[in-house]
Amino acid sequence: MSDTNAQSVRYVRDTILPQQPPPASAVGFIGWARANLFSSWFNSVLTVISLAFIFYVLSGVIPWVFQSVWNANSLSECREVMVATWGDTHGHACWGVIKERWLQLLFGFYPPELYWRPIVALGLLLVALAPVLYAEKVPSKLLIVTALYPFVMPWLLWGGTIWAPLMVMAGFGLGYMAYTILSTKIGSLGAIIAGVLVPIVWWLFLSGAVASALASVLPLALQSVESRQFGGFMLSTLIGVVAIGCSLPIGIFLALGRRSDLLILRALCVGFIEFIRGVPLITLLFVASTLLNIFMPPGTNFDIILRVIIMVTLFAAAYMAEVIRGGLAALPKGQYEGADSLGLNYWQSQRLIIMPQALKISIPGIVSTFIGVFKDTTLVSIIGLLDPLGLSNAIRADAAWNGIYWELFAYIAVLFFIVCFGMSRYSMSLEKRLRTDHR
Amino acid sequence: MSELSIDREVDRSQMQVSNEIAITIDKMNKWYGTFHVLRDIDLTVYRGERIVIAGPSGSGKSTLIRRINALEEHQKGKITVDGTVLSSDLKNIDKIRSEVGMCFQHFNLFPHLTILENCTLAPIWVRKIPKKEAVETAMHFLEKVKIPDQANKYPGQLSGGQQQRVAIARSLCMRPRIMLFDEPTSALDPEMIKEVLDTMVELAEEGMTMLCVTHEMGFARQVANRVIFMDQGQIVEQNEPEEFFNNPQNERTKLFLSQILGH
Ligand SMILES: Nc1ncnc2c1ncn2[C@@H]1O[C@H](COP(=O)(O)OP(=O)(O)OP(=O)(O)O)[C@@H](O)[C@H]1O
Ligand SMILES: [Mg+2]
Repeated sequence: MSDTNAQSVRYVRDTILPQQPPPASAVGFIGWARANLFSSWFNSVLTVISLAFIFYVLSGVIPWVFQSVWNANSLSECREVMVATWGDTHGHACWGVIKERWLQLLFGFYPPELYWRPIVALGLLLVALAPVLYAEKVPSKLLIVTALYPFVMPWLLWGGTIWAPLMVMAGFGLGYMAYTILSTKIGSLGAIIAGVLVPIVWWLFLSGAVASALASVLPLALQSVESRQFGGFMLSTLIGVVAIGCSLPIGIFLALGRRSDLLILRALCVGFIEFIRGVPLITLLFVASTLLNIFMPPGTNFDIILRVIIMVTLFAAAYMAEVIRGGLAALPKGQYEGADSLGLNYWQSQRLIIMPQALKISIPGIVSTFIGVFKDTTLVSIIGLLDPLGLSNAIRADAAWNGIYWELFAYIAVLFFIVCFGMSRYSMSLEKRLRTDHR
Repeated sequence: MSELSIDREVDRSQMQVSNEIAITIDKMNKWYGTFHVLRDIDLTVYRGERIVIAGPSGSGKSTLIRRINALEEHQKGKITVDGTVLSSDLKNIDKIRSEVGMCFQHFNLFPHLTILENCTLAPIWVRKIPKKEAVETAMHFLEKVKIPDQANKYPGQLSGGQQQRVAIARSLCMRPRIMLFDEPTSALDPEMIKEVLDTMVELAEEGMTMLCVTHEMGFARQVANRVIFMDQGQIVEQNEPEEFFNNPQNERTKLFLSQILGH
């Protein structure tokens, strides 16, 4: 630019003045504050009011948290210490309850000598999630852990013979074998039916006998733990993780079904989604806790936690389906046509073209649903399961801690916040990582 | 609408029309509800032909060309592509789609995949070609459309003309015997139109059977062996380009040509 100008413009400055540092009022904290907090009188008023509010809240919370009593075995003991130290009982936390009960809030009534099992299950969960969440950094061999986890985790938590999860796995193996053998002989539809029927027959009629036979030969077993001993944050995590893990695939299929051309399939999916979304989760949980037994043959013992997990999963899946449908609707028609024109069949184009994009669009909604599901697990306290909130009631029922609220809720809130905030941050980093469209 | 998009001699030595039939369309009719989009379409395409389909907006050009690739259905008549009768049988449809390449006005590249992945996806999944071989083929065709250095970028990072050339390469990776183009240049700036047309000319020079819906009359004059004029769902007139442009028979063709050529 300057080259061409030099010939045509009469006066051109030939020495460039050195750049000067900006005046102090434009840099540093003062400059920043002036630009962002006090740029107009209205802005200044807002800033002052906000600061006053923050100061007011913190001046209450910080002394409550830190001028507190840790060493006490009951609420009344706490109060005595508070009066002795600060002269009043107001504005001081009594963390003694957390010190005494924090393990119970984490594990419920799980036998303390077996705490290692849920901890191992949690550790394995992280290993199993790693190749899914960080696909490009973690070797894909770890996916074996992911595949085995659904079988190992229940065994670790509930205990019992090792043959039970192995029999379940064997069912899947048999189904797959039936499918591959028959698909060459009787065509794919028959093979699919056989692949579904064989494992069902196996689980219902054969696996029990085989398992007990094997167990009598090789009695490998963990000490079993009853479902009613489950509780605390472990129970929330268990219900949350299973519901989150299952609701995404179910939601995908429901969303595809709702957009399908097959009339009956579509009607079923729409009916399911609208029914579940139209009913409060608590109602479904009551159905799980009481009504389901009516439909079961008498004498069957259908585990209460399992029933609750199924209900929460179905509930989450209905919402998930709508979130994903939103993502599908946002994709331009050209993507379908592009995939079709290359000869990809329906499932290939869904898997390779449509879903990766639709899911990416729906990440914020999906993660919101996940977070919602995780927090909704606290509703199971209403049907008598001892999740952290249920436990806090149980703890208050103890004469020593009668009347203590804030400390328990604060502890539970922190636990939930850590997990939910983690999910939220992960979704943001994932969105960033998957941004390839450069729009 | 420009006449000057191709500024080089077109090499016609390989452009030979054989008497082998590629596509036959026999009294095909299609309705959208009560709206009659295609009326009694009769068309035979021989292997090696370069056909340009022109006509006013809404005349059914896209619908016709999309029917050949089974992106639309028809209600009456019969259409045979590469010896396979197009019905609603899914097996036939997938077979024809993998034999017939298609390029769209808006490219329809897959934004979440790199250029190379866009090109290897269908060969790997539909043709079941080993990945290494698919990559080699893809690089070959990307070189042909002159963008091998962009292979690892995403479609969003390319210009429109480059994207359309990738789309052509992506179709070619399936080794189609027929290529369909639906207004491949009408979303592009003039400079980019030229690069895409050049690619299409090269394709024609290699003897590819092509059906192009386009308003690029320069391309029609220099490359096509037949120009088809459609209006209101009918094939109104078809002729060799010279005759078609210099001596149109039908009134509607004359009107259309006078509008599009601007005199
Ligand atoms: N899905 C549809 N439902 C109803 N009518 C449609 C549909 N698709 C196209 N049409 C109508 O069919 C007619 C032919 O459409 P088509 O897209 O084939 O036209 P075209 O010749 O390609 O036009 P253009 O030059 O604008 O692309 C148009 O009148 C259009 O409105
Ligand atoms: Mg069109």
